[in-house]
Amino acid sequence: MKALKIIRTAAWGAVAIVGGVLLAFSGLLPGVERPGAVTSSTATGVAAIGGPFELTTQRGEMLTNEDLEDTPYLVFFGFTHCPDVCPTTLFELTGLLADLGPDADKIRPLFITVDPERDTQELLASYMSSFDPRILALRGTKEQTDQAAKAFAAYYEKVPLEGGNYTMDHTAGVYLIDAEGEFMGTLDLHEPKESQLQKLRRLASTAA
Amino acid sequence: MKLVKTLTLGLILTAAAQGVLAHDYKAGPLAIDHPWARATPPGAPVAGGYLTITNTGTEPDRLLGGSSDAAEAVEMHESTITDGVARMRPAEDGIAIAPGETLRLQPGAAHIMFVDPAKPLKDGERFPATLTFEKAGDVAVEFAIVPMGATPEAPQNHEGHRVPVSQ
Repeated sequence: MKALKIIRTAAWGAVAIVGGVLLAFSGLLPGVERPGAVTSSTATGVAAIGGPFELTTQRGEMLTNEDLEDTPYLVFFGFTHCPDVCPTTLFELTGLLADLGPDADKIRPLFITVDPERDTQELLASYMSSFDPRILALRGTKEQTDQAAKAFAAYYEKVPLEGGNYTMDHTAGVYLIDAEGEFMGTLDLHEPKESQLQKLRRLASTAA
Repeated sequence: MKLVKTLTLGLILTAAAQGVLAHDYKAGPLAIDHPWARATPPGAPVAGGYLTITNTGTEPDRLLGGSSDAAEAVEMHESTITDGVARMRPAEDGIAIAPGETLRLQPGAAHIMFVDPAKPLKDGERFPATLTFEKAGDVAVEFAIVPMGATPEAPQNHEGHRVPVSQ
């Protein structure tokens, strides 16, 4: 029992140390905020979305946040080892873009892979041929992917599985960003199509 | 535009043809209804498989996985979206079907995962697979491929209660 108690104390000690280190590095502790750190909220309390990022499209072109200045866009995170949510989202978006008509050309739809390790540019190019060609599939290095996730306050994590495989957990929402770079809410693919179209038309109307 | 029109037409035709396309299998006390999968984009490394199983017996059984020439591996997975985060985990011990219950594998929940399909799944085609159950053993079935984004209507010919996926 005594040994167990020592182990328990040691474990909690380790938790405290690791937690403290994480806090210090995350800039959450007052006084240790790094200069130039991205603030996580605006004065209105809305999560700040749309920080800097730099990724490559399925056609090999570079796309940065600066290319999206004055352009309304929508963005979601996913990966091709995803049988369900990701291809369905791409499929639904393809249908919505067709229904939008000319307004669709005012919106940049972006799909950012959280699994650049397996989602090569070649695979993305082939995969995206099933969907509206205006949808850009974006990938980057691990660092670039981290930065993009941070820019949209999105979450993703690599989860190891048995046999050396892995899967990815990721934020599933479709973010709408207006021409001013302001977060306009999310697109819920389960809501009636007409209200989804309304949201997209409103998004398109912010185009310069 | 043309693609979308074709897809929409395909969707309507598929919906109309559901009655004709529906196919079911018996394996002891298990009634297996309409195994289906969605068409996949070229290069897609995975594909989801869905079906409905009613256990008319008195013993529980488990769907453990299976095999298919159409894919490298056939696994059981669970998908969830919780607090906006999509997760998928292998169901290592398979998925239970309690006596009297109906298990519905559908998009967004538990599903069969075809890993590394030999070729993209094409709308309107079918492919054979073997499902492996703990008690009912191996059962040969065919999966009908529906258009991307489509969901066949839940089969109406069984008095299955709408029991959510149980583990």
